[in-house]
Amino acid sequence: MGEIRLMKGNEAIAEAAIRAGCDAYFGYPITPQSEVLEYLMAEKPHERTGMVVLQAESEVAAINMVYGAACTGKKVMTSSSSPGISLMQEGISYIAGAELPCLIVNVVRGGPGLGTIQPSQADYFQATKGGGHGDYRLIVLAPSSVQEMADFVKLAFDLAFKYRNPAMILSDGVIGQMMEKIELFEPIPRVNEFDQSWVTTGKTPDRQRNIITSLNLDPYLQEEHNHHLQEKYARMRREDVRYEAIACDDADYLFVAYGSSARICQKAVQLARKKGIKAGLLRPITLFPFPEKILGDLSQSVKGMLAVEMSAGQMVEDVRLAVNGKIPVEHFGRFGGVVHSPEEVLEALEEKIVKPVV
Amino acid sequence: MNLEEIIREENIVYRRTPLLTDKALSYCPGCGHGTTHRLIMEVIEEMGIQSDVIGIAPVGCSVLAYEFMDIDMIEAAHGRAPAVATGIKRTWPGKYVFTYQGDGDLAAIGTSETIHCCNRGENITIIFINNGIYGMTGGQMAPTTIPGMKSSTSPFGRDTAMMGYPLKITELIAQLPGTYYVSRQSVHTPASVRKAKKAIRKAFENQKLNKGVSFVEVVSNCNSGWKMTPVQANKWLEENMLAYFPPGDLKVDGQLVEQGKTS
Ligand SMILES: Cc1ncc(C[n+]2csc(CCOP(=O)(O)OP(=O)(O)O)c2C)c(N)n1
Ligand code: SF4
Repeated sequence: MGEIRLMKGNEAIAEAAIRAGCDAYFGYPITPQSEVLEYLMAEKPHERTGMVVLQAESEVAAINMVYGAACTGKKVMTSSSSPGISLMQEGISYIAGAELPCLIVNVVRGGPGLGTIQPSQADYFQATKGGGHGDYRLIVLAPSSVQEMADFVKLAFDLAFKYRNPAMILSDGVIGQMMEKIELFEPIPRVNEFDQSWVTTGKTPDRQRNIITSLNLDPYLQEEHNHHLQEKYARMRREDVRYEAIACDDADYLFVAYGSSARICQKAVQLARKKGIKAGLLRPITLFPFPEKILGDLSQSVKGMLAVEMSAGQMVEDVRLAVNGKIPVEHFGRFGGVVHSPEEVLEALEEKIVKPVV
Repeated sequence: MNLEEIIREENIVYRRTPLLTDKALSYCPGCGHGTTHRLIMEVIEEMGIQSDVIGIAPVGCSVLAYEFMDIDMIEAAHGRAPAVATGIKRTWPGKYVFTYQGDGDLAAIGTSETIHCCNRGENITIIFINNGIYGMTGGQMAPTTIPGMKSSTSPFGRDTAMMGYPLKITELIAQLPGTYYVSRQSVHTPASVRKAKKAIRKAFENQKLNKGVSFVEVVSNCNSGWKMTPVQANKWLEENMLAYFPPGDLKVDGQLVEQGKTS
């Protein structure tokens, strides 16, 4: 059994980074995730594992520091919240184009603009559809507990290196700030061997020089590179879809929700069942690749689905695509920093799904 | 004496460094980029550090520098090379890391990354090619376009009342405690090329000392962008660019060099 600790979600990310053998963290403060950098600075990971921690002058610089370290095969990460993640989009696009592994954490707050520091899930489109310029995808993991904040750091690095692709943990202010009891995984040592087929650590006489670039002026070669990227994303869809199905087996109606909304829906499932409504919850864990197959399968057995997210309706589009018109799919969510209650969610299920389709 | 007797190892006065690849340079004939590439590669060869060097060339005419330099290289986003270099040097403190940046890159879009990298005292080398114009995108005004100088976006000459002043970023960063060596050079004559090489060598050797940024500005021509022949461009450079951007060391071994006392 690993060490048991009571931790904030943001602290769990930071501690997990040290334990996951992360080589470097570059970041810039922003609420509601500043605890990541604060925890790391206080913890002196340089003394524990040799991990480098540096406060950058901006998120633009932070993501480019990540790019630099990632070019050399290091396990490197950054974290921020919505406005900061917007600033990073240029760098993320370069990282995706150059096929580099890294971890980006977004503890989402309400927008648009400076918005609010309260929790939100309105960065779903940005996280799952590319975000910056060009045709690319991130591996997107959505933790719904402090435990998963820790565990997904390791998972995200594993997936990022498996695919040589940036991975994102898409969290929100609720999970980042709340405290829960968690079991920490055993530390794994930092890696000291780097894949000389691509890293830029200095050209040794025994190999060709390595070049990291996302530039290819020849459109036919650039198209070929894009095909290669698309094949990689297709492989993610085949091999790395993750989700949790709660009370789905006998369900008539389904909530589809991730992150803190999934926690709220879990409660709403209980409330619904007490009232005699057979509700279930499908919780996507990977938002990209999205669990579309299971949702397609479930559309055979349930009468309707309600996508619950703290946004004006973003993930609901992917649910609709997965269900492809077979059953009604509606959206409910409070947004702009407001968190819905289980009662509101249940009421929405009854209003939008149960009543119309019975 | 016949030809065979002349072509001998001991008689070689110049040879092309093997650290330049065989790829034909994509630069316009007479452009200072090519000369500066050669100097950097010669320095790396002479120091014997090829296997420990990582270069970063962001967007600009030199975006394809990796095609010509036989070392591990990274292409970075416009202006971001100093941050990319920071990420590498912090995780590989024993490696030699350098950036190769144009004036638009270093002194406009990347000003923040430049100043903060210099201010943190990252132990890297920055080579700054100042040609007073945006070469790659076709000759638009740069932060270093001198007053009155014509470009495609200042077709009547840079009007400082409307467009602001050229940024002497090298003077600015020399003031920062994080810089250890700051020098301005040019590559428009054989003598200036020799001096520039010395400065570049010093800037790389300094990385062994771990004392902060070593920064070499190379005042260069962009004959295409300036719409001149290479010879005219070098003459114009000497008469106009160097008057605004005087060559010489600004800071040596962490100490500011007194104005006018250039070495
Ligand atoms: C974000 C972004 N904005 C604009 C450009 C277009 N762009 C490419 S190179 C360049 C200017 C380069 O000028 P400079 O850095 O002086 O280098 P030079 O080409 O003169 O060597 C610009 C504006 C870009 N690539 N990326
Ligand atoms: S456009 Fe100017 S800077 Fe670019 S290669 Fe030609 S002369 Fe050199």
